[in-house]
Amino acid sequence: MFSLSGKTALVTGASGGIGAAIARQLHAQGATVVLSGTREAALQELADSLGERAHIAVANLSDPAEADGLVAKAEAVAGAPLDILVNNAGLTRDTLAIRMKDSDWSQVMTVDLESPFRLARAALKGMLRRRAGRIISIASVVGTTGNAGQANYAAAKAGIVGMSKSLAQEAGPRGVTVNVVAPGFIETPMTDVLPETVREKLVGSIPLGRMGNTGDVASAVVYLASDEAAWVTGTTLHVNGGMAMV
Amino acid sequence: MSDIADKVKKIVVEHLGVDESKVTPDASFIDDLGADSLDTVELVMAFEEAFSVEIPEDAAEKIATVKDAIDYIEKQKAA
Repeated sequence: MFSLSGKTALVTGASGGIGAAIARQLHAQGATVVLSGTREAALQELADSLGERAHIAVANLSDPAEADGLVAKAEAVAGAPLDILVNNAGLTRDTLAIRMKDSDWSQVMTVDLESPFRLARAALKGMLRRRAGRIISIASVVGTTGNAGQANYAAAKAGIVGMSKSLAQEAGPRGVTVNVVAPGFIETPMTDVLPETVREKLVGSIPLGRMGNTGDVASAVVYLASDEAAWVTGTTLHVNGGMAMV
Repeated sequence: MSDIADKVKKIVVEHLGVDESKVTPDASFIDDLGADSLDTVELVMAFEEAFSVEIPEDAAEKIATVKDAIDYIEKQKAA
């Protein structure tokens, strides 16, 4: 089950915690992975630790031209057409709306919503022709629930869901599926710095009684990338320990 | 037949996987050649690439037959 042998996958934001876990699991299932991000050294280190079938493609997704060119670049380094696109890269510029600058809004929109569209558009051209492909975008539970201080991020992540449903309808007749994974609170270096009281309160709101780990998210991506998920499209798989049952 | 017509025909055969004999000037992409809406968009994009022309959305909507495509591209190339 869930073999990705012979498949080529591009993972954006692969130098981050969740992105690296996704890349590792896709690779473990047999996929050739192209790791993308802005930090070349971190990407190379991950690629080296994976060994064969791992390539890197540095790109800054806040630059539209780099986003537009990344799929072709990934296919060039992998030497194969792209079967799986994982839109994982994202950034936050958290602040209450009344203090939110135009640049806080636009940077999040550019990287978290516009670049996934640019990548999907580029990937779809080949996938539609080949009558196969998987596009998986990482959103967030806050795209559904909202979150004070994250009007920009929540809007972008909700946008990912609407975009993916539309692409799923366009690409469905060609056997290409488009889905979303929406993580809840995941243990990362970012959440490690939270005060203990805040953590306890967070965990208390999660029926499964713990924060998620990056592997929980990566497993969901592996499923959606697999042949076994062939009849699943336009959906959002919530991976949040039951914190929000939506 | 012009070079453009030949090339259009070749692209249609390639993209839709239909027999060359079926690709007559009056053949409708959707009604005669089995294309769906996505195929027609892909065809237009293939024409754009092959002939280095831009086919705007409203013009693309009017391209229903093989002849429509040839005429439009010939006009663009002559202009």
